[in-house]
Amino acid sequence: MYKLSSLLMVCAFAFTAQAQENAGLKLPAGFSATLFADQIGAARHISINDKGVLFAKLNYPNKAGQSIVRMEDANGDGIAEKLSGWGNYGGTGIYVKGNQLYASSDDAVYLYQLDAKGDVINPTSPKTIIKNLHSRRQHASKSITLDPKGNIYVNIGAYSNACQEKDRSVGSKGMMPCPILDSAGGIWQFDGSKENQSYAEGKRYATGLRNVIGLDWNNTTNSLFVTQHGRDQLNTFYPAMYTDAQNAELPAETMYEVKEGDDCGWPYVYYDPFQKKKILSPEYGGDGKLEGGKNALDPLVAFPAHMAPMALLFYKGNQFPAKYKEGAFIAFHGSWNRAPLPQEGYFVAFVPFKNGKPSGEWEIFANGFAGEEKNKGPRQAKARPCGLAEGPDGSLFVSDDSKGAIFKISFNQ
Amino acid sequence: MQKLQLKFSFFVLLLCLISSNDILAQNMQKGKKIYEAKCLACHQADGGGVPNMNAPLDGASNVVGKDIARLVRIIRYGYNERVALDGFYYSNAMTASPDLKDNEIADLLTYIRNSWSNKASAITMAQVQAAKKKK
Repeated sequence: MYKLSSLLMVCAFAFTAQAQENAGLKLPAGFSATLFADQIGAARHISINDKGVLFAKLNYPNKAGQSIVRMEDANGDGIAEKLSGWGNYGGTGIYVKGNQLYASSDDAVYLYQLDAKGDVINPTSPKTIIKNLHSRRQHASKSITLDPKGNIYVNIGAYSNACQEKDRSVGSKGMMPCPILDSAGGIWQFDGSKENQSYAEGKRYATGLRNVIGLDWNNTTNSLFVTQHGRDQLNTFYPAMYTDAQNAELPAETMYEVKEGDDCGWPYVYYDPFQKKKILSPEYGGDGKLEGGKNALDPLVAFPAHMAPMALLFYKGNQFPAKYKEGAFIAFHGSWNRAPLPQEGYFVAFVPFKNGKPSGEWEIFANGFAGEEKNKGPRQAKARPCGLAEGPDGSLFVSDDSKGAIFKISFNQ
Repeated sequence: MQKLQLKFSFFVLLLCLISSNDILAQNMQKGKKIYEAKCLACHQADGGGVPNMNAPLDGASNVVGKDIARLVRIIRYGYNERVALDGFYYSNAMTASPDLKDNEIADLLTYIRNSWSNKASAITMAQVQAAKKKK
């Protein structure tokens, strides 16, 4: 009996050790992961400076009352041992450029100054770069990225699902034209160095984007790439047209390369990855087959529905094998609108690129964040990927906004 | 004789218990069907909602609380404000369900208040009607 129980204990120990290998993540051969930080608060986007100091923007202040967390792994063991923070407002966007750190709330973008060590100089008195952007509950988070010229791009998500007269209501028609698009549902461009800008000083750079959380500047093409969250609830509002199973797979989550003036079609159309067409939204008279959006872009990549692309990162480093160079990593939050089917998609995906264009099918790069790959609801997920950053040595960092974990993924051989 | 009477009343009591349990089970079943058709898409199969977006029902203080009128109003008229619940905020609009009858709202609430880890009193049609008058 004693022998049996000690055997069981050894087994249990081995199992635990196994479960913690690579911080619980499933990775391609040759990659490994560490839990860089844990329980730091609802970590949305992350950004890293050239010395490897990582910064996370929290969705709301953590227990210490901080909403920007600074993490440093001085001894290089893959685990941050120096944690500090500042800021008292929730938000999503963060972007470090040299000694400047941009961070967003849901209606503004602030600029902090860092010293040579990457410590913040003006934690309570940042410059206000952009202010008074719409923050109307839904899709309110503001993601940011910069181009090499110093322009800052801000996602202003549509405060609506499908621009119905009455949002998320059965039988409510789509408004024509959609009045949301003049001040939301797109990407706005501002000057990254000017203070106190708002709509009047900015420019609507791209439109017809319901909600973009992942965006990144691509240095190969010298252009902006975005990932859109497609609309929800086709089956809820149009049960005669869409079954539960169809809704679980429609519409695609999409990636676009956007140039100034581009339109991606929301709310008038959605992208059907099976017909490979832009389909007229049922709120605008569509029947699941009628096409629309003649002048709207086609997506570069179509991902499974509802999986919620939260971050986009073009890989610039040399640590990972050659196939990853210049390719796109996408952090997926995991679905909620596949119900009653199981929820899926709590992973980081990869799309190979060549000469600035996708050169192959997308694939799952890192999985296992949720604990189980499918679940009955996102609340059960252990971790939900939300932000991505590439360290100066080419390691990839992934943040989780549910429990506040930061994973560091490296290639070893 | 007294013994017999006691036996009889015990039997009646048992019968009452069984039938009220039956009714509760039936109401729960009816409530479950409504939940699956109208609520599950957002509030999820585990009643856990979606963090930051759709409020959880499982373990939610309001759901198992005493303000039945508020729950009835939210179901009937929908909800279009940012809602604070147990320290978190939820942003999505909730669809109104004007088509649900009073007894259906009662069954739905009974189901929601007694599913997952929730354990609260069943709701009757009379309570739903009383809640309507309160408005």
